[in-house]
Formats: sequence, C-alpha cells, structure tokens
Amino acid sequence: MTDTSLLTQSLHQLLSERPYVRDFFAALNLTPPDDEISLGAFLDGIPAAHLEEFALDHATLTSQCVDFITQMEAFQSSETSTVREVTIKAGVDKSGTKEQQDLILRSGEVVCVVGPTGSGKSRLLADIECLAQGDTPSKRQILLDGQVPDENRRLSGEQQLVAQLSQNMNFVMDLTVREFITMHAESRLISDVAERVEQIFTTAVDLAGEPFTLDTPVTALSGGQSRALMIADVACLSASPIVLIDEIENAGVDRRRALDLLVKEEKIVLMATHDPLLALSGDRRLVIRNGGIAAIIETSDEERQGLGQLTALDKKLSRLRDQVRHGERIIFDLQQLAE
Amino acid sequence: MKLITVAGPPSCGKTSIILRAIEPLVASGLKVGVVKFDCLTSDDYLRYEQAGIEVKTGLAGGLCPDHFFIANIEQAVQWGQREGFDLLISESAGLCNRCSPHIKDVLAVCVIDHLSGVHTPRKIGPMLKSADVVVLTKGDIVSQAEREVFAFRVRQVNPKAAVLPVNGLTGQGTLLLQRHFQSAAEVTTLNDMRLRFTMPAALCSYCLGETRIGPDCQIGNIKTMDFS
Repeated sequence: MTDTSLLTQSLHQLLSERPYVRDFFAALNLTPPDDEISLGAFLDGIPAAHLEEFALDHATLTSQCVDFITQMEAFQSSETSTVREVTIKAGVDKSGTKEQQDLILRSGEVVCVVGPTGSGKSRLLADIECLAQGDTPSKRQILLDGQVPDENRRLSGEQQLVAQLSQNMNFVMDLTVREFITMHAESRLISDVAERVEQIFTTAVDLAGEPFTLDTPVTALSGGQSRALMIADVACLSASPIVLIDEIENAGVDRRRALDLLVKEEKIVLMATHDPLLALSGDRRLVIRNGGIAAIIETSDEERQGLGQLTALDKKLSRLRDQVRHGERIIFDLQQLAE
Repeated sequence: MKLITVAGPPSCGKTSIILRAIEPLVASGLKVGVVKFDCLTSDDYLRYEQAGIEVKTGLAGGLCPDHFFIANIEQAVQWGQREGFDLLISESAGLCNRCSPHIKDVLAVCVIDHLSGVHTPRKIGPMLKSADVVVLTKGDIVSQAEREVFAFRVRQVNPKAAVLPVNGLTGQGTLLLQRHFQSAAEVTTLNDMRLRFTMPAALCSYCLGETRIGPDCQIGNIKTMDFS
C-alpha cells in the first residue's frame, strides 16, 4: 500500500482493518474518531501546540504514522511464514575439532540436549538464537528452511527463533489470565483473539490438573498452573518456531502431554533434560561435549520398549507423590512397585 | 574514533551489557573508553576499571542530567581522541523518561529491562523513540509471552530500530549488539551536529534555587494543570 492511499483512507475503515493504529495515537495522547474523516485530514487537524509537546511537526508525524502502519503490516505478513526447518552446519568444539555432521531440526520434532553443566549447551542455543553465520566461537552456521538468513533481518532482531520455557521464569504483570492471554494475542495481531484465549485457557487447565479461572490473576497461579499456562501460551501463540524447555522435571504439569501439545502445534522442541523418561520421549538426543555436538543418538526401538516400563514406574511414583500431597502414610514394597 | 550513546532508565543493566558487548572487541585489540554520566553518585566506574576499561564519570548534581550531558559530550570526544580510543561509549541514565541524549549520525542505543513492565515502552519517550538499537535486558526471568509483548510494544514506539534481547549476566545475545557497535560512525568533533530530539525545557525560578511554594514565586517557563 502506498503512502498516499493510506492517507486518503477514512479513519473508520482504517481502524476496523488495523485496530493497532489506535496504539500509535494513544502514545500521543490522541483518540482518533471512528468516522469518515481521512487519516491525512485527521493528522493535519491536530493542533501544532499538541505536537510540540512531543517535539513533532505535521510532516514528521505523517511520516512516522505511515512508517508505523507499514512496519506493522510487514510484521503481520512475516508472521504467516513460519520456519519449518533449521539447519545447524557443523562447526568446531572448544579444542577446534570439527563436529562430525550437520544437523537438521524439523517442526514437530522433539530433540533432547544432553551433557553436563559447562559442556556447551548454552553455546549451541546461543548460536541458534543469533543465527550464527560462522561468526561465533563455534563457527557454526544456521540456515532457515535451507537458506542463509538475510543479514539485515538478522541484525534487526526481528526474527526470534527460540521461545524459552524455564523454571526461573515468572509472570511479572499484574493481570488476570484472560487479560494476559488477550494482551499476548493482540500483540500477535491475530484476528480471532477471544477464540484463541479460550483455547489456550482450556489447554492450560487441562495440563495443570488443578483448575483455575480466566479471572485468576496470573501472579496468584501455583507453580504448576503457571508452567501449564506458559506451555499452552507458547504452543499456541508464540511466534518462535523453536521451543527450548529447561527442567520440566517435577514442574507439576503433565509432561508427556505438554510435549504432545508442542509437537501438535508444529514446534521444534529442544529439551535440556537428564530425565530418562523425557529423554526417551524425544526422537533424538544431541550429546554435547567440550562445546561441540559429539554424537547424535536416535531413540532406538529397544529404548522405546523401555519407555513403557519407565512410564509405568513413573505412574506409580506419581501416585506416591499424591499420597504425600494428601497427607497419607507412604507404605510400599519396592519389589511390588517395580513390577 | 567511533562514538555510541547508550541511555536507559536507572538499574536496567546498561553497564552490564556494555561490558559484555565490548569484552570481545577489547580482546581483539580495540581500545575502548567509557564516559559515565550520572546524577548524584555512581560506582559503575569500578566495574569498568576492573575490566581494564578507561572510564570518566560526570555527576550532574543539581543540574538536569541531560543538559549536563550535552554540555560535556564534546569534551569527552576530545578526551577520547587524545587517549587514542577506537571506540568511545557514553553511558547515561535517563532519569525523567523525557531525556534523550541521542545525537544525529551517532549510533544511539536505548536499554530497557523486561521487569519494568509492558507499559514502559510507551512511557519512555524520545530516548527510546529516537534510538537505532533497543536492547532488552532481564528477559530470562519473565515469561515468553511477556517478552513477546514487550518487544512488540517497543516496535510500536520505534518501528525502525533493531530490537535485541541481551542477557547482561551470561552475555547471550551480545553478538548482534557488537555488530551494531562496530558499524557506528566515526567522529572527530560533535560541533555543529544536532540532537535527535529537543531536551526537556526548564527555565523558571525553581531552576535558580527557589524553594518557596506559591504563585508569586513561580516565574518563567511554567505549565499548569487543569483541575476544573
């Protein structure tokens, strides 16, 4: 859309097609009327004295307004093109030894990242986050859908590839669950906000196990409820194609279902975990050593069979946890438990 | 010598992200200096000194910190050139949200932290609106949704800036910030250059030390509210 055609549009039409235009004027303490006056005429009609407060004149205001709309449009259209494949071209470890193979992460895949503290997990993640182009210590190169990402876009920080879920994260906003999800949905410029809020809320309650309402303040949610809401929100609303999960062990949510949800939403799930149950839920495990990817282990059929036994054991353990929670005595026979 | 202005509210992590971003530049042999502009006290120079960075601190005291900044920045540039710096960074705390130390054709960086709340981007004003690069700190302790909303609101206020999340503790995200630092323009003097935005005005009796309250004592550039 050209600048002139934007300026001749009526505010009524503009506001109904682009509700975010209100935000631009809100920042200037102005409320645009929802009527047939054109954007250009409205801008020209703002008293110069009001603009002076913001050190603006009419020409600058007009160009800023057009820039704003153009940028928001670009933002909206970039949302529709989701990355489905991230290639990590082999780099070197801390001793300069070349990694053995390139790695391709695909949407809907769960990949576990394993290795002791300091082995280089953060380094791998940082490479993905900054879309490394051989210019980080690891010399790795990241391709998106097989292409070298545009350097200007990279520098603009526009494309945040990795959404993070970790136990250190908290809600700091004083909002209800409904307001919170709505705010996030609005910032993604999606059209069916109310529907999406409902969907995320239902999913989150389902994952958490303990119910809460849309009117519960987010800061009043329990640890498990917060985690569940964060997972549901990231799965359904985050712009980032990759989700990094750090420590969902004992997070008070149904871990298996959390993973299923992320996979269903076509996320690439990277999970830093040492929990055998979670590790086997993944398709592959990246073994990180000395700053490099030392091996990639595909989950074998034999391992998958073990997963059944582990799941049964895990269920029994969680029953014991429930007993503790409900103030009961814990009496069990380890032999029986293992059966 | 390259010059960069870095501004942001107090305690948002300016010093940490500067230190993180220049670390590899210094290691690669670049000579970097910092001028820290503050209001009453500042012990950030200790952190720079510890990192082996040459630093000068200027305290505005009873003056508007922004006016103090602009009256001293040219001298700082001359100091930097005498010292033979490749890069000079001016760090100043935006104390009233109306401040904006950014200069046309000098790389302008604004730092804000996620903990300050999602309404902050709209409240900050010219310091954010006229920046080339906006650095978002302390993102590791808030939810993903809050990070995304925050970045979106920053883009609404300043659609043209690069918006980069940086962790001041681990240094994650500093690579792209370094890239911007390295692309900063060279300056030899700021004489005849211009601020990007006017500074908050103050020219009244209270500027000159008046402490009494009342209409008779208010002389000069006064603005009154409408309580009708």
